[in-house]
Amino acid sequence: MKETGPTAMGRRNMLLGAGALGSGLLLTACTSNSNGDADKANVKAASSASGSTPGKHVTVGFSAPAADHGWIAAITKNAKAQAGQYTDVSFQAAEGTNDVNAQISAVQTLIDKKVDVLVILPFDGKALTSIGAQAMDAGIPVVNLDRVFDNSLAYRTWIGGDNYGMGVNAGQYIVKTLKAKGVSKPVIAEIAGIDNLDLTKQRSQGFKDALAKAGFSVSIRQAAQFTADSGQQVMSNVLQARSKLDAVWNHDDDQGIGVEAAIKQAGRSEFFMVGGAGSRHAMQEIKADSGVLKATVVYPSSMSASAITLARLIGQNKGMGDLVEQEVPSSITLFSATVTKENVDLYLPTSFT
Amino acid sequence: MSDQTTPRPAEDASVLPAQGRSGADVTAKPSLVKEGPDPGATRPGAGRRQQLPRFFPLHQVHSLGLLVVLVLLGVVGTATSGNFLTTDNIVNILTSAAVIGVITVGQTFVIIGGGIDLSVGAIVAVASVWCTTVATQSYGLGGMIFTAVVVGSVVGLLNGVLIAYGKIVAFITTLAMMASARGVAERLSDRQSQVVTVDSFNRIATDKFLGIPLLVYLMAGIVVIGWLLLNRTTFGRHTFAVGGNPEAARLAGIAVRRHTMLLYVLSGVCCGIAAVMLTARTTSGASNLGNLYELDSIAAVIIGGTLLAGGRGSLFGSILGVLVFTTITNIFVLNNLTTDIQEIAKGLIILVAVLLQRTRGARSPA
Repeated sequence: MKETGPTAMGRRNMLLGAGALGSGLLLTACTSNSNGDADKANVKAASSASGSTPGKHVTVGFSAPAADHGWIAAITKNAKAQAGQYTDVSFQAAEGTNDVNAQISAVQTLIDKKVDVLVILPFDGKALTSIGAQAMDAGIPVVNLDRVFDNSLAYRTWIGGDNYGMGVNAGQYIVKTLKAKGVSKPVIAEIAGIDNLDLTKQRSQGFKDALAKAGFSVSIRQAAQFTADSGQQVMSNVLQARSKLDAVWNHDDDQGIGVEAAIKQAGRSEFFMVGGAGSRHAMQEIKADSGVLKATVVYPSSMSASAITLARLIGQNKGMGDLVEQEVPSSITLFSATVTKENVDLYLPTSFT
Repeated sequence: MSDQTTPRPAEDASVLPAQGRSGADVTAKPSLVKEGPDPGATRPGAGRRQQLPRFFPLHQVHSLGLLVVLVLLGVVGTATSGNFLTTDNIVNILTSAAVIGVITVGQTFVIIGGGIDLSVGAIVAVASVWCTTVATQSYGLGGMIFTAVVVGSVVGLLNGVLIAYGKIVAFITTLAMMASARGVAERLSDRQSQVVTVDSFNRIATDKFLGIPLLVYLMAGIVVIGWLLLNRTTFGRHTFAVGGNPEAARLAGIAVRRHTMLLYVLSGVCCGIAAVMLTARTTSGASNLGNLYELDSIAAVIIGGTLLAGGRGSLFGSILGVLVFTTITNIFVLNNLTTDIQEIAKGLIILVAVLLQRTRGARSPA
């Protein structure tokens, strides 16, 4: 998610080859601070709905990008933990990768293993479309998670976040807050994520549209790389570019750690900030109300757990308990809730770390 | 041994006219192995006198060119944004340059010594994760700094041993390390950003002295130490000699392997220090810190006039290279230009610098 370009891909390839060296490098790697998966995974025990009674055994294959970012790491963890909730589901995860070529191979392997249902979060939806279609042709239903395939023939069901809506909600919160403060010509900054991902474009478009309705616009927009490192670098320059800001929207909370650091280091506090994605750290900051961060728009990492549930239902030819429909719907768009001090306690449990 | 040394002056002569450093160093070697009375004088005196003219040979002209570029950038920055020429912004540029500057010091040594270190970014990641995760921040400021620098040195040592004694090509060794060290960082951190809660540690990035952040002093100090080490010590002369012609250096009595190994340790130490700086700056340790820093530091070294093949180079030039890149980024953000244009500009600068190097290289044998 954070890495793009041939170098990053080369690195990923080397990672496979040089794994042995890595494990030998620091023997203490096994002292990793993993706190166990279950305690921080967003899973929901099978509810009392009709679909929860054990049924036909289903093998779910799972493929996602490399878990090198808090949100993606949470996606993988949540999927695995949710599968563990079901006695009738076995879970086969392919190695995460940011190389579309490697991900195609990984999915191919899962098809060859004849899993019953596939859950795929493609690194790049367009590039993975053909392998999705191939799985469907082989009779394996595909649950397309988040980043959308180019062709609806390539998946049975899509479930994912609403990037446009995320931008809209961030924009609406900023408009509402500025109006309440009586600011008429605000200076608004946007710290976007990786610019060549569709999701970034959609977030920015939603933000722009929401601001435009109030007659506001973005004064300065810079892209970072979804890392604290890049967030810090970009924000420290943005703060130099505008000696006074009224509001900032930062697309990603992991990157936000660096953005906040830059703000503190510059000693600026004349504006308020809205985050994105919904990390635990960001929510704790919002709750404490001690800094510039006043809200974050959620991009639920629990969606992978829901995807596993859908995969199971599809595999067992069941519908969704509370819906009237006989089958699982073909598309489910999640809601990007705006988390503020008022409702943060509701969302803290589903935040990602 | 004496027969083998005879062809050297001729070899050196072909390299010498183009530059000062390595040529002079290698020719100075006979005095080190005591090949009779040198037509200089006593050794320390000879060393000093031969170093003095090196202040203004061609590669310094290159540095001068970079200075001109920097001034031009300053003019562009001032013309396009009223915020460019403020104390705050200049300090901001220097602070942004601090982390990559420290890494580039180590990279310059490695490249002059005839190697390359592709693992610097990954070392930063693993060192930062180590000081925020494994040390769990419970050992406080000292423990965090110590562990980061130690981890950096250990990974550097591993690189060095594999390259110098394992005889694996530096490019391959450090490429493998780039991948595996980041993998280790991901494993150690469980792919989570560890927010630093030790306030005294974060103050490394916020504390100022006379209005200038500690980070800038830290970079300046390391650059000065690096410059002295490179230009005023035997270690430095050996670095040029090893990079220029390892065989000649070996014959001149330099422990080439050990020296090569030490260069990677030096780079690892720089990465460890940079990790401390970056972790304090971002107030977090994460496996994705230092992403692509290897390219940034190598680019700075190359546009700074250091020969990618080794044997010749300038630390001053490397730091100017870092400042050029940092200033460009700053100007682009001040003017709200997009990332793609920044990338194109950076690429063009690297290309022009390499072309300049090639024209000089082509001229040198004449």
